[in-house]
Amino acid sequence: MSDSLPPSRRSFLIASGAGMALSSLPFYAHSKEAPVSLDQYEPGYFTADEWRFVMAATARLIPSEGDGPGALETHVPVFIDRQLAGEYGSAKDWYMAGPHDPTASPDRGWQTPLNPAQLYRKAIPAFNAWCQLRWSKDFTELSTEQQDQALTALQKGEAELNPELSVFFSTLLSNTKEGYFADPMHGGNYGMQAWSYIGFPGARASYMEWVDQHNVKYPLGPVSIKGERA
Amino acid sequence: MARIEKKKDVVIVGLGWTGAIAGIELAEEGLEIVALERGRDQNTVPEFKYPNQIDELTYGVRLKNMQHPSQQTVTIRRNDSETALPYRSMGSFLPANGVGGAGVHWNGLLWRPQPEEIQLRSYVKEKWGESIIPEGMNLMDYPVTYDELEPFFTRFDLVAGISGKAGNLNGKIQEGGNPFEGWRSQDYPMPPMPRTYDSTKFEAACKAMGYHPFPAPGGIASTAYVNPYGMQMAPCNFCGFCERFGCYQYSKSSPQTAILDALRRKPNFTYRTHAEVLRVESSPDGKTATGVTYFDAVKQEEVFQPADLVILSAYQLNNVHLLLVSGIGKPYDPATNEGVTGKNYAYQMNGGVNMFFKDANFNPFIGHGSNGICIDDFSVNQNDFGKLGFIGGAYWRSGTFNGQPIRSMILPTDTPTWGAAWKKSIKEWYGHTMSIGTHGSHMSYRANHLDLDPTYKDPHGRPLMRMTFNWQENDLKMNQYMKRKAGEVGHAMKPDMMRLGFKDVGAQYDVRPYQTTHNTGGHIMSDSPLEGVVNRYCQAWDKHNVFVMGAGNFVQNTQYNPTGMVGALAFWTIHAIRTLYLRNPRALV
Repeated sequence: MSDSLPPSRRSFLIASGAGMALSSLPFYAHSKEAPVSLDQYEPGYFTADEWRFVMAATARLIPSEGDGPGALETHVPVFIDRQLAGEYGSAKDWYMAGPHDPTASPDRGWQTPLNPAQLYRKAIPAFNAWCQLRWSKDFTELSTEQQDQALTALQKGEAELNPELSVFFSTLLSNTKEGYFADPMHGGNYGMQAWSYIGFPGARASYMEWVDQHNVKYPLGPVSIKGERA
Repeated sequence: MARIEKKKDVVIVGLGWTGAIAGIELAEEGLEIVALERGRDQNTVPEFKYPNQIDELTYGVRLKNMQHPSQQTVTIRRNDSETALPYRSMGSFLPANGVGGAGVHWNGLLWRPQPEEIQLRSYVKEKWGESIIPEGMNLMDYPVTYDELEPFFTRFDLVAGISGKAGNLNGKIQEGGNPFEGWRSQDYPMPPMPRTYDSTKFEAACKAMGYHPFPAPGGIASTAYVNPYGMQMAPCNFCGFCERFGCYQYSKSSPQTAILDALRRKPNFTYRTHAEVLRVESSPDGKTATGVTYFDAVKQEEVFQPADLVILSAYQLNNVHLLLVSGIGKPYDPATNEGVTGKNYAYQMNGGVNMFFKDANFNPFIGHGSNGICIDDFSVNQNDFGKLGFIGGAYWRSGTFNGQPIRSMILPTDTPTWGAAWKKSIKEWYGHTMSIGTHGSHMSYRANHLDLDPTYKDPHGRPLMRMTFNWQENDLKMNQYMKRKAGEVGHAMKPDMMRLGFKDVGAQYDVRPYQTTHNTGGHIMSDSPLEGVVNRYCQAWDKHNVFVMGAGNFVQNTQYNPTGMVGALAFWTIHAIRTLYLRNPRALV
């Protein structure tokens, strides 16, 4: 890929001026194509109900409002669906033999017998049932304020689920942030928007000439593993 | 029935740093050697090549370069009244898998312990008396001195290829180096790495407070370099993908960059991957090993590999597990403090100060695993244990090492973990924080030990190893002292905000957050077979043709990253095999 060589000092001088202007533009590698609509994505793992839940929940964990992209703009639900359909979802690398003690304190690590894919499958209806008790509605039907209250209750353990499901909130939140910040080849961080937003250059991974540029903001936008630029 | 392979002179179990050192040094003797490696073969190209390796999710989060618990793991409990539960997905420590071992994914920090740490019990006894040693602490001397090890530290420095600045050359203190280090017979093979902004701020603050900053010592090349085996390194470009990643550009010291290609050229050396050693086999009289039995994952069968000499060079936890399942050394019993195998498991006691500067740009993605400036003003040989009320010390370091956003998003304490405020905060603070890490010693205790789990089994039907481990008051008090002193330096730097991350007295071991892969002890060196598994040459007291490598030999952990000591002990051990053992195989002590 043409961009893998470190820029020269001369190109630094050019880029540090030009970079200011470029960084204010949204991901121009993709700016000419409309984002793939999440409505048209066909989940590989999630059922239609689960998909609606994950869309709604991640949209509250990283909302679209305010500066910067949200979970939906960055296709976080696509990332989570693909992760759960793969080796992570089935806990392929983990030790999953019993006996299990899901009531163990959280600092003992993952002790539920469920793998991440099973966790989502069981926890989403259980959490919806809690929302039904509280508001007589499923999570997706709540107002955004109520959704925030419900997620807060889930995080604090006030929306009490079966002990096997107690890691659901922390898993959902971790997966959401992973999808926001991971390389776009994994399905999230669409257009490297999250990287552009915070100023992480992605897979550039070559900075020899920048080490002694102390207190100078690195001006170049990100590149992805597949060579896209933003 | 197991397939039987042709007998070899030497079988090496695990092809990481110490297995590679054993292989290349013993190959010089003309011995027929085979190394057995549980994981895959891996090389800079193609396994670690750019850009594939620059993938935080796959390697940093999903841990695809690491040991998979589905294949091997431990159970963990904090004390003997808890039921140990499996370490099902990895968090606190990350043993590796595959050729190169943990030498692939480390940060490169390469230190020598202070001479006082190697004779720590004697040092404490002489300066303060044994009465300051807390009840239940198994404080020991290594049965070897710094002076004896110095040539082997130097040998490993040259082979690994490290950058830094000596502070003590043959007893003469050198300006700009670490004045509190043990003597070095020569300077670092490469000059120090260039400095990032955060480390220069830290350096200025330390100087103003009368401390003694010096460049961090690291197995990261600052120049082009050729080591004694003819292996070449290229200068590091600060890509920011060291820890958890293989180095894509031959800059981080590893078995791949320092040894393996030279080793592969030896006609009397071979290695087999996907070969997981299940146990060491004994002769009928139990006095020697006859070889090892391993599982060939390709052919899905057990294989017996006969050999005259067995070198155990797996990761510390896996070495101890192999010793336990093979019945080498009497298992340690904390109730009586008798037995040896599994004794003196220790870890590392670390803390950190995060500082937030609204108007500063730190570019945190520009860095490497050994980046920055250190001080040793609060290290073991600088602390008055009698006055401070603990035994131990820590080195401090400040320097960017990765800006990977999934794991390295440092936010002020009161920031919500999600929602609009979180999203606002990541923009506000990413790139505007720096840190000081304190990396502290960890003593050995009767309470912290390793044995076989009564319940959980691995895929081969062997019991998992059980770790009984919790933080102890002595080390937590040391950590609280570091919090106070590092907090003072943080304040002196006048950040807009500060966040202190130090375990307090009473803290329980939490297996989830990453801490370090510095697991030590369990097959410790000792002066007598009643105290440890191996003698001063890392030779099993029980079986003279079994030598055991790695951090399992540590009587307690030092304040530094263990790889320097691990490498030096490997060269020391192989030197003893070459000069003392081969001509007359016997117990060397």
